[in-house]
Amino acid sequence: MKVHVDMDLCQHYGQCVFTAPEVFDLDDNGELVYHAEAPDSQRSYVEAAVMACPVQAIRIVD
Amino acid sequence: MPRIAVVGGSLGGLRVTEALFSSGWEGEIVVISEETHPPYTRPPLSKAALTAAPDLTVLAFQQRPEAARADWRFGVRAEGCDLEQRTLSLSDGSTLRFDGLVAATGVAARRLPERIARSGCAVRTYDDCVALQPRLRPGATIVVIGAGFIGCEVAATAVKLGCSVHVVAIDDVPLKTPLGDTVGAAVQRRHEAHGVRFHLGTQVERITDEGGGHLVALADGTTLRCDTYVQAIGSDPCVSWLEGNGLDLADGVACDNWMRMGGIPGAVAVGDVARFPNPMFDDVPRRVEHWQMPADTARRAAATLVSDLAGEPADPRPFHPLPSFWSDQYDVRIQSFGNLAIADRIEVIEGDLDTEAAVGYFRDGRMVGAVLLGLPKKALLLRRQMLQELTPPATPAEGAA
Repeated sequence: MKVHVDMDLCQHYGQCVFTAPEVFDLDDNGELVYHAEAPDSQRSYVEAAVMACPVQAIRIVD
Repeated sequence: MPRIAVVGGSLGGLRVTEALFSSGWEGEIVVISEETHPPYTRPPLSKAALTAAPDLTVLAFQQRPEAARADWRFGVRAEGCDLEQRTLSLSDGSTLRFDGLVAATGVAARRLPERIARSGCAVRTYDDCVALQPRLRPGATIVVIGAGFIGCEVAATAVKLGCSVHVVAIDDVPLKTPLGDTVGAAVQRRHEAHGVRFHLGTQVERITDEGGGHLVALADGTTLRCDTYVQAIGSDPCVSWLEGNGLDLADGVACDNWMRMGGIPGAVAVGDVARFPNPMFDDVPRRVEHWQMPADTARRAAATLVSDLAGEPADPRPFHPLPSFWSDQYDVRIQSFGNLAIADRIEVIEGDLDTEAAVGYFRDGRMVGAVLLGLPKKALLLRRQMLQELTPPATPAEGAA
């Protein structure tokens, strides 16, 4: 599955890191980093991350 | 066909609708939404959405496909509820019968009494945000009444937009209730460094219109002249429609740990309006107005409701979501995990309150909460630590059935 984060919207709140830590993380400066290509086994966690994002920045592309 | 009525069409109403359908609910769901907009995210309303014309297409939630299976009725309010007869009276004069009920009415912005102020923007809804945003223009003088999170965030945003900002509050320190004096004072210093002028320990006596602006008269004798004033004096849970059912509505609606209102099977509450006990801390029911609570309580309430309506016992495991919130003010992000209000001791455990810091909130020597100013990586660690230490042992709780 492909994951896309709109970095213009992203505020690095890290709510996605709480719900899908295998796909999303914060770097040492607190900036969001993520795997744009994630295994399908992560789908339910990424879906939860989409819903948890306070600024609606995450999309599952396929 | 059996019907669940969801009263409230914001985040809690949306998430409970999705959770009910995905928990296997095959009946009907009717969502009663007083607002005319589709559900949208509120945290940006006091921050990014105030910096340029707010855009509902950006703020509206992505919905799971099942949400569209519900019958969404916008612009309608529940005015009364009879839990015994299982009916709702709606503002359009109709009556809606239900088998299961979800209260998701949230909170409404509190307003100063009309004898004190007749207008002034609040910051709770999209429409509020649309009304306020064009007034925060460079050079404008803004008086923010209230120094809670909304007041402080609006003040910080207005300063960033080039406004001259006063904050008036009855407390002697901003954010006194949610964060306590030590951290509140540190936040105040940051605001003052950006030019915000605080008028604390006083209150607004009267606001009058003058020219195109307003005169804000304070109890301490000061009068502030401004172009716009913002009412950020807190919020009240929307529970009047539940009156007459013997429920405890003293502060939101009292629920059990299964989110049942008054422990009544088939009637649950979610989100800001729900007051429920969290076994992470104690058995005192509390309301928690945090971002992830509508989603967490929606999952719990949906599972309970589906079980109740099927005549089956509810999930025996205790429900213990970790409270957590954040607030953006200038270049610092304030984040919190746990329950700060029950602490008897506060200690800076890392850093310095005037730069970046982690602050522990302890009760009887146990860390029950933490606040971070900045330190985003430390926040992830502390959150994990709190989840480990505060999660109660997995023994089935009583009263599930």
